[in-house]
Amino acid sequence: MFVPCGDSVPDLAGCTLLMPAVSVGNVGQLAIDLIISTLNMYKIGYFYTDCLVPMVGNNPYATAEENSTELSINAEVYASPSKKLVALQLRSIFIKYKSKSFCEKLLFWVKSSNCAKVVVLSSSHSYHRNDLQLRSTPFRYLLTPSMQKSVQNKIQSLNWEEMEKSPCIPEIDDSEFCVRIPGGGITKTLYDEGCSKEIPMVILLKFVSEGDNIPDALGLVEYLNEWLQIIKPCCDDPSASALPWKMPSSWRLLFGSGLPPALF
Amino acid sequence: MAATFFGEVVRAPCRAGTEDEEEEEEEGRRETPEDGEVRQQLARKREVRLLRRQAKTTLEVSLLEKYPCSKFIIAIGNNAVAFLSSFIMNSGVWEEVGCAKLWNEWCRTVDTTHLSPTEAFCVFYHLKSNPSVVLCQCSCYVAEDQQYQWLEKVFGSCPRKNMQVTILTCRHVTDYKTSESTSSLHTPFLKALKTQNAREPPCCSLLEQPNIVPGLPAAVLSYCQVWKISAILYLCYTDVMKLDLITAEAFKPVLSSRSLKGLVKNIPQSTEILKKLMTTNEIQSNIYT
Repeated sequence: MFVPCGDSVPDLAGCTLLMPAVSVGNVGQLAIDLIISTLNMYKIGYFYTDCLVPMVGNNPYATAEENSTELSINAEVYASPSKKLVALQLRSIFIKYKSKSFCEKLLFWVKSSNCAKVVVLSSSHSYHRNDLQLRSTPFRYLLTPSMQKSVQNKIQSLNWEEMEKSPCIPEIDDSEFCVRIPGGGITKTLYDEGCSKEIPMVILLKFVSEGDNIPDALGLVEYLNEWLQIIKPCCDDPSASALPWKMPSSWRLLFGSGLPPALF
Repeated sequence: MAATFFGEVVRAPCRAGTEDEEEEEEEGRRETPEDGEVRQQLARKREVRLLRRQAKTTLEVSLLEKYPCSKFIIAIGNNAVAFLSSFIMNSGVWEEVGCAKLWNEWCRTVDTTHLSPTEAFCVFYHLKSNPSVVLCQCSCYVAEDQQYQWLEKVFGSCPRKNMQVTILTCRHVTDYKTSESTSSLHTPFLKALKTQNAREPPCCSLLEQPNIVPGLPAAVLSYCQVWKISAILYLCYTDVMKLDLITAEAFKPVLSSRSLKGLVKNIPQSTEILKKLMTTNEIQSNIYT
């Protein structure tokens, strides 16, 4: 359930909710971190649930001593009112058998808050690509039927690739075709529930492998930015370096502590 | 999938934990009524129950609803439990008010209705002279799927905002992320995490980014943060996870906190008690005698 930080429940009507699926390479979560950090979004509440493994730590977006001591938990909601953006960040994995329950609780909250649309940032195993997918862009999108026509038209004008259907049971030759997102965590469940519950939802994903997934996260936020224009380029010069996405301070030591000098 | 040096293709583990999800989806489609029954039985076996051992009954309401408190102190893990046992519990008269009974792969309590003294891994006490001080000694492992149940059974659904919660626990120093090598750190050392509404200052430095804490301590602290309860978690990073004098003594700075100050009487005597506790355990753990 959503629990606000302050005394009153913030009004999220008409906002775009950005959220990650916990998926291969944690790309969606890294992308949400970049968005929260770059836009300096502030915390408006917690999504308190028994579906995620508990964890706590100090403010992952700290920029100075003063703001580094705010406690963070496993599921928090941030806002940027000027851009009508709300971001839900998930920081741990689902407790066994609880992922479906989480999707139901989440979508119930989305419907009751009257969000204009939900954007799910996710990823899928790159080794599952077929020959055509290997030769094309690694980014894909999916829209639920209730997504507004204007968004559909905009996305078509960007020449994006829609996620292809593949055989439901690959081993069987005449198997039905359906959307499969291996390694995507709850992405498929969210999409199916979004379709059946008539929620305007966009899924954006990238085919990735586990490793240093920071470049994948940067790629995914730039893909999102092509459409939502969260941050505008500082100049029109195509040779200028990429958009200024700010990496949060918590991305330090992603691959562990320093090495003992004796190793060398 | 990844190809190894020898040309074999292996399935690379996915850190986003999605392997189980795919299996779970397929399981959902193939699950028979028998599978569902087995799953329900396992869930019942893993339920957390709060008992009143003397009365041999189960608590119908949450522990803190039955025993409202202004101070809740909890030790999670053997060293934190040994510390509280020697310094706090030996400085006053404490009465047992409840006991949590649970089963998981690490904590295999056998009887579902009664608990023998050796199986009492998670016990709650209140101070006889001041029953609004409640203490919990938790030396059993509370699994991920049991942590929220534990919270519900102990804290209930009506959070008390004027409570002060203090949590003591240990983690292995290899979990601590720092730019220098962990082998160069002087262990044990104490770090703290506090909620937004924490009313007292911590007795040591705060845990720096990007370090995180999981498990039951995180579940309790998250609950306090969300429901705006004043709480502090004291985390001892050590390289000895079994019962160890130096590790348990590392919690000593916490005795000067507002919550614990009035509860400890004689520190030198408590230190002696702690040493005895360690020696007793060492003898028991010697497999050659």
